[in-house]
Amino acid sequence: MITDSRFDGPGPDSRWQAALAEGRFLIQRCAPCGAAQFPPSLACRSCGAAAPAMVEASGRGTIYSTTTVRKRDGSHNVSIIDLAEGARMMSRVEGDPDRVRIGRPVAARIVTTEDGAPLVVFDIVGAAK
Amino acid sequence: MSDPHRGTTAVIGTGITNRWDAPGFSAFDQLQEASILALEDAGLSLGDVDGLFCAMSVSGLPVLNVAEKLGLNIRHADGTMAGGSSFIFHMRSAMAALNAGLCDVALIAYGSNQRSAGGRLVPMPDPQPYEAPYKALYPISSYALAAQRHMHEFGTTRAQLAEIAVAARKWAQLNPAAFERDDLTVEDVLASRIVSDPLSKADCCLVTDGGGALVMTRADRARDHAAPAYLLGVGTAVSHRQIAAMPDLTTSCAVQSGREAYRMAGLGPGEVDHVMVYDAFTICTLMFLEDLGFCAKGEGGAFCASGAIAPGGSLPVNTNGGGLSCNHPGMYGIFTVIEAVEQLRGRCGARQVAGAEVALAHANGGVLSSQATAILGTAATI
Ligand SMILES: [Zn+2]
Repeated sequence: MITDSRFDGPGPDSRWQAALAEGRFLIQRCAPCGAAQFPPSLACRSCGAAAPAMVEASGRGTIYSTTTVRKRDGSHNVSIIDLAEGARMMSRVEGDPDRVRIGRPVAARIVTTEDGAPLVVFDIVGAAK
Repeated sequence: MSDPHRGTTAVIGTGITNRWDAPGFSAFDQLQEASILALEDAGLSLGDVDGLFCAMSVSGLPVLNVAEKLGLNIRHADGTMAGGSSFIFHMRSAMAALNAGLCDVALIAYGSNQRSAGGRLVPMPDPQPYEAPYKALYPISSYALAAQRHMHEFGTTRAQLAEIAVAARKWAQLNPAAFERDDLTVEDVLASRIVSDPLSKADCCLVTDGGGALVMTRADRARDHAAPAYLLGVGTAVSHRQIAAMPDLTTSCAVQSGREAYRMAGLGPGEVDHVMVYDAFTICTLMFLEDLGFCAKGEGGAFCASGAIAPGGSLPVNTNGGGLSCNHPGMYGIFTVIEAVEQLRGRCGARQVAGAEVALAHANGGVLSSQATAILGTAATI
């Protein structure tokens, strides 16, 4: 097989999911330009370099924006988190949805959903549980 | 120096079914009726069409299905699917194809039975594994996140957003074809049920059926037709797919599509007489008016609440009643262009903008993801 070794092995989505299943929250860090990114990709969206490396996320971040989804059977939070490394992701901030505010510092945690899948969520730093 | 594409093509026919609640009439039926109406309006027939441009949410192969159903013999086609903005992407593509001689008569068409099919978006397969587990309501939560950030940065209020829904309704009351024409007040909007903070049900567009179509040709051929609307400039842009990947939640890539459309047209926002912006949610009107330069970034709330965009205001915006009050069959973008063309032709009755010579139609796709801007003008602008 004549293939380019930079792209050998499982793709970035598979590798990210596999790491999450082991309790590790990864993002990508591009060696040439230093940019952090999420979700993972085969390309750096900042400089165009191929196959940016997967690295462990610090899990620290701040709430960039937030909404409460209101349904008849209850409400839940959906937020966009600015990760300390510079990437951004959708997630859920745990606790009372009405207390979630833009700008609050948060920390990541991996929980297991009803269907048994691992999921990255965030807690407000310093908030009473 | 003016752009070589400026004014080289024109819309010479529009078709709109005005069937916003039509059980038994399929998405393809809506598209076909609109196409027939648009060709009749242009004084042409189905046999004249040699370029087909379409996107649908019910079919992954709309070009094939539409060509078969309408018996078209096409030599050029484009099925670009960028969400609700697709039809202005198609206009840019049709402009290039017409000027390159790849086709002579371009039909751009859309139809949907979203309302009578049960009122739900029928999404094309497009899994989003990094966002889906968080159970955001699609698409409203994405727009809610943008609205929340806009409020945080600029002090925009729910009452200002409510004024946008009220202005749209006032325009709809002047349009006998609009779906929702009952009185609506700011208090009504504020009392509406919150779906995803800060957006309530009344901040959301309608869910309707409907069909729309445009016929485009080169300017040399357009002169033989009644009141062509010349395409002066058109720009397109894509910034993301999922809302968390939007670079700045308060500024869309309408900045980029607008800049390209203005450059090609050799015009600025101050020279636009009539504006159509895709109002899937109230926040969209506000954000696109800012991004397209009709007011400064952050001032959209005050601008819209001042009465400027309502009937009698300084800038006629969404004069058909918009997606909020006229119609919204899933992918609304083509209807922004149809209303812009009809205003330039002076065929809008009680809602007619007197002396409109330059109109801007802007459409959005996905979750503020794709943006497309068309600037059209009467023969006097050429
Ligand atoms: Zn890079």
